[in-house]
Amino acid sequence: MHTLLSILAFVAHRLVQALLVMLAILIIAFAVRESLGDPIREFTGQIVSEVERAELRKELGLDRPWHVQFADYLGRAARGDLGTSFIYKKPTVEVVLAKFPASFELVLGASLIVLLFCVPAGVYCAVRPNQLGAKLVLGLSVLGISIPVFVTGIVLISVFSVWLGWLPAFGRGDTLAIGPWKTGLLTRDGLSHLLLPALTLSSIMLPLFVRLVRSAMLGELGHDYVRTAWAKGASPLRVWIVHALRNALLPLVAVGGLQVGTLVAYTLLTETVFQWPGMGFLFLEAVTRSDIPLITTYLVLVGLLFVVVNTLVDLLSLALDPRVSLEGAR
Amino acid sequence: MAAGPHLSLDGKRALGPRIAAMARFLTIFIAALFAALLGCASIAAAEGKTLRMAYDADPTSLDPHEQLAGATLQLSHLVFDPLVRRRQDNTFEPRLAKSWEQIDDVTLRFHLRDGVKFHSGRELTADDVVWTFERLKKSPDFKALYEPFESAKAVDDYTVDIVTKAPYPLTLNLATYIFPMDRAFYSGTDENGRPKDAVVKHGASFASSNMSGTGPFRVTKREQGIRLELVRVGDYWDKASPGNVDKIILTPIKEPATRVAALLAGDVDFIAPVPPTDFRRLESASCCTLVTMPSTRILSFQLNQDRVAAFKDPRVRKAMSYALNRKGIAKKIMRGFATPAGQLSPEGYAGHDPELAPPHDLTKAKALMKEAGFEDGFSVTMIAPNNRYVGDARIAEAVAAMLARINIKVDLQTMPKAQYWQRFDARDGDILMIGWQSDTQDSGNFYEFLAMTPDPETGYGQYNAGAYSNPDVDRLTMQTQTMTDPAARAEVLKKIERILSEDAAMLPIQWQHLAWGSRKNVNIEPIVNAIDMPYLADLVID
Repeated sequence: MHTLLSILAFVAHRLVQALLVMLAILIIAFAVRESLGDPIREFTGQIVSEVERAELRKELGLDRPWHVQFADYLGRAARGDLGTSFIYKKPTVEVVLAKFPASFELVLGASLIVLLFCVPAGVYCAVRPNQLGAKLVLGLSVLGISIPVFVTGIVLISVFSVWLGWLPAFGRGDTLAIGPWKTGLLTRDGLSHLLLPALTLSSIMLPLFVRLVRSAMLGELGHDYVRTAWAKGASPLRVWIVHALRNALLPLVAVGGLQVGTLVAYTLLTETVFQWPGMGFLFLEAVTRSDIPLITTYLVLVGLLFVVVNTLVDLLSLALDPRVSLEGAR
Repeated sequence: MAAGPHLSLDGKRALGPRIAAMARFLTIFIAALFAALLGCASIAAAEGKTLRMAYDADPTSLDPHEQLAGATLQLSHLVFDPLVRRRQDNTFEPRLAKSWEQIDDVTLRFHLRDGVKFHSGRELTADDVVWTFERLKKSPDFKALYEPFESAKAVDDYTVDIVTKAPYPLTLNLATYIFPMDRAFYSGTDENGRPKDAVVKHGASFASSNMSGTGPFRVTKREQGIRLELVRVGDYWDKASPGNVDKIILTPIKEPATRVAALLAGDVDFIAPVPPTDFRRLESASCCTLVTMPSTRILSFQLNQDRVAAFKDPRVRKAMSYALNRKGIAKKIMRGFATPAGQLSPEGYAGHDPELAPPHDLTKAKALMKEAGFEDGFSVTMIAPNNRYVGDARIAEAVAAMLARINIKVDLQTMPKAQYWQRFDARDGDILMIGWQSDTQDSGNFYEFLAMTPDPETGYGQYNAGAYSNPDVDRLTMQTQTMTDPAARAEVLKKIERILSEDAAMLPIQWQHLAWGSRKNVNIEPIVNAIDMPYLADLVID
């Protein structure tokens, strides 16, 4: 009972934190509004007169000082209205959330690839550090981390789409609608479209996680309890997997949570290369077309996402590691 | 239910052998007819092709009058038909107007094709044209173009008079933007009680998500930013068109490298635009065809006389013009896919003077600088966009480097177009890049916007960021607006072009080229044009 209460208090605390984060993002977003470009320019033709543009600007309230616009925005936000996108002509929240499934599935695909490979590869590099294979894996991981995502994407497209013709070069393919969620995971076409973007996105995370698992494993392998296990005569697999790896995975969860931010940042590039209709692509589109309401909503929602993911990671660490206390996590 | 076969058996027995033979014949006949019909259907299915096309951005609205932009006009040519359109050689091709005649100084009479149907099933009449014309005059983006017009009048169901306020030489040019809309379909109010004909620049409207035109295709599916699907309408009036595309899937692919890869991989059949870096690759690929064509867009630099006193001296401006190696830019940066320019009007425009070759003479440039007392040069700033025109930032860098040779030190700043227009509108730079395409496909438009003395009242000189002012240019440009004799008018336009060149009013660099790529079996060459409006209805896929 006591733990449940403290968990609730912890979550409530985090929610307040989320609100503060979103407020801070909003203030920054509004303060830099002026330099995001002129949306009026974007939706008027070149011959539209300055007078006409000034009228439109006034109609949209963009001629007011930013703090006035900010107060106005907060007032509307309190009533659940986060503005209407200029490009999509729909409420911004609706537009961003409609793109969420695509991004989520891309991140999920990339995470699965990372998980699938980082543990075996990391463990292998830790237990057989001097073998050629381990050196090769580490070498490749250096290469992987130093090639820009953009280049990785183009190279994969050139090889698998243009040259071999195995996989499609762009887009998300066929999707199935399950309620409001449009998924590409349940169709063959959707999965074949997902593979290259997911590989590209994972190329940034995988090297990091291989190295993480390796060093955590190396650390664990030097501990006394491992020596005891060896002394007991436990099989190598049992020592590595059951004893050492279990403890080595703790930092993986913590770092993994922090890396969600990096992953979100790299979806911008990956989605652009593959014309993947997700949130990152949407954001870049909004920036190039100066869709200010859409930019603002995206930033706020991503801010919220960060806090939620970090909270989940903290709760997960709590479940996995008895040494972690909620007091510390606050 | 059992009565059918029972009766027929009964009848056959009763009606005798002759009738039985006839019944057999009928059966065979009907079977043959079915077979023929099925055969036709399968032939039709084999003939109707699907075109998968990728382009850089999709239209943000389905309303043809919301924004005067390439994407909107391209869509208009698919779902609507204009009164007249441009052929590849720049002449006018009758579309919904089958002919036209000048009635008096100010009236052009259009005779409409009869039997043309909107997608709603209604027949097109002169009332729809008049209604569309009036809506154009209300659209914030189009109304400036239709300023010289007085009204449109329906003479009878198939005759429309378009009347200008004064004699006007460009009525036909502007008829290319009149895509008659279905008056009944766009009248009344929508479910939210808003008028269906409203032109809304921001936010949703009926017309921004519903369409009814007379065009060859209608939209069947739209996921904004992802795909737009169109199918050919059953009974399109233009039977002479060789086009065999039944279905079009338009996909925006923003990243140029991915667009090219999608074409090479065979995921799409037709892409536009092709980035210059991939021209050679497409040309040498056995799967694909590259088609390029000079466009009518002039890329130019303006010299801000309000900020730099030296720019007021024509000798300095001329020196700068002489210092530029435009052929070098076209060759090295544009890889040959640009036409160096010594004037604003491209070839084929009335104002184009073939005598005005792009100048390049460094010695002369240095002499002029010395004569003007700027032998040691000066320092200026330059701004240019980096994602608006093909090669924009690199051209700006090259121009800055070339100006350094006559001791003009240029501090160049390039930025995304979203930020660029703010700076340009504020005239926040000493040298400013501007690309311009004439919406009227006429030279006069260049002078009105780029060269006339800026006047916020009339809107003339809106993009004349150099604040160049020459009363002769102003007067002559105004004069051409009411000249209806093409030969005499062309002389005046050429005269303006010569004055601008003599004055070095600005620094024209080149006319940009357009580039499209397609799979080998997609014959895009006959259907693309210098105004970048591919007529997809006429496309033939092998």
